[in-house]
Amino acid sequence: MSNEPVLTVEALHASIAGQQVVEDVSFSVPPTGITALLGRNGVGKTSTLRAILGLISRTGAITLAGERIDGMRTHRIVQRGLGYVPEDREVFSKLTVAENLTLAVRQKSPRYELVDSLFPDLVARRSQAAGTLSGGQQQMVSLARALLNDNTILLVDEPTKGLAPKLVADVTVALEEASHLVPILLVEQNLEVVKKLAGGAIVLSGGRVVHTGVATEILADEALTHRLLGVGSATGGAAI
Amino acid sequence: MSTLVLVLITGAGLGALYFLVASGLSLIYGLMHVLNFAHGAFLTLGAFIGWEVARRLDTATWSTFFVSILVGGAVGAAFAALTELALIRPLYERHIEQVLVTVGLAFAAVALYQGIWGSDPIYIDSPPWMLQTTDVLGALVPNTYWVLMLAATALLASLVIFLRFTRYGTIIRAGVENRWMVTALGIDVRRAFTVVFAIGGSAAGVGGVLAGHYTGYVSAYLGSSLLIFAFIITVIGGLGSLTGAAIASVLVAVLQQFANYYLGGTGDIIVVVLLAVVLLARPAGLLGRAS
Repeated sequence: MSNEPVLTVEALHASIAGQQVVEDVSFSVPPTGITALLGRNGVGKTSTLRAILGLISRTGAITLAGERIDGMRTHRIVQRGLGYVPEDREVFSKLTVAENLTLAVRQKSPRYELVDSLFPDLVARRSQAAGTLSGGQQQMVSLARALLNDNTILLVDEPTKGLAPKLVADVTVALEEASHLVPILLVEQNLEVVKKLAGGAIVLSGGRVVHTGVATEILADEALTHRLLGVGSATGGAAI
Repeated sequence: MSTLVLVLITGAGLGALYFLVASGLSLIYGLMHVLNFAHGAFLTLGAFIGWEVARRLDTATWSTFFVSILVGGAVGAAFAALTELALIRPLYERHIEQVLVTVGLAFAAVALYQGIWGSDPIYIDSPPWMLQTTDVLGALVPNTYWVLMLAATALLASLVIFLRFTRYGTIIRAGVENRWMVTALGIDVRRAFTVVFAIGGSAAGVGGVLAGHYTGYVSAYLGSSLLIFAFIITVIGGLGSLTGAAIASVLVAVLQQFANYYLGGTGDIIVVVLLAVVLLARPAGLLGRAS
């Protein structure tokens, strides 16, 4: 497999209602494994993902598998193989689980077997309205929607947010399994999850990239994590 | 007793006519957040073209009536789809401008219809059965009301089947909940906008032909006179809720008929009072989502 980055972001600027939320962000994501996008609350991690997808107004060069996508509309970018698992799941609450999944299918042979093996809880709940599921089950629906298709990369935004420890472990296992099939750019506040999953890490501060490197090395450097992520110890698994 | 029955049935029939207009308004607002002031123009064009076709055939037969219904629906759908593509789409995400352009189109369309067909009402013929009455518990109910109820029931059933069992229907229901997430799944939600406009326009076009038979005439103002009630119904039912629109249509029309008969013709005032009460007690409408 080529080592060319699967996703490259250069000089990305993004704004919401005239307010600059991402300033001159540049980074690249390798074609395998999980890369973490880290930073304190409000530094622009979610906005960076949304800017890549074209969900908010942005400028800059974004290249997906060698193709410029910054001029494309969101649905075209997703059709090019960029799967998105948004913060707060964003399942369609009035639609059934089956309808949520069907809506996401973009290919003739969706990977239902993979999704069923990763999330067996959802199999018996196909006809249940997604809004009546627990937070963890909704997260599974959200991840399943992205995993049904052969994507080039997944952007996953805080998948363990608000979940009980057992569900955090389940989601972590699912992401690890998924990462064998598709590279993932992961925004995650739970540093224990990042330590388990991420190879590389990109750290944002004030809307800019301030550090890139190996995730475990960054998290092992107490002074660095304190300065960049605002935590005293990276080993406690606390949310940053 | 017979008067009560008459008021109830004619109220339900008028509600059916309101629903033909309000269903499209509600769907369009639910998905696109556009208050479509041009909806009455779709209705009026459907009525005029339906009448033009009918008078060139045989004005008083069922087959002519059904052809005019089909033509009215098709014309309404085409006009609405064209409006979405040419005027609404270029103003994507600019809701104020989208509303303003529909207001402008509504005024321009009425002026155009006046230019073509004049300002005076044009009286139309209906199949003889529609001009007769049916005795229900002593009440002589004009048969037009049965046709209106049948049409609205068929529309509601078709919409429910479409929304529940087709891919576009699923996209529309998902889009009403969270439009940007639909695009983030790789779906061009703008196609669904055109589909929704076409469906709404089609219902309005059919409503226009039926409104002509209900009032006995077509005129350039047919749409605007019904649109105000359709808006009130859409708000009372809950913006974006089809079921809410159906319930509110019957509620408003029955109340209007009651007030017109028992309270000295105050039906229109009562409807506005009902709107105020619902907005005060339940601002999101009967079945609307709280924002």
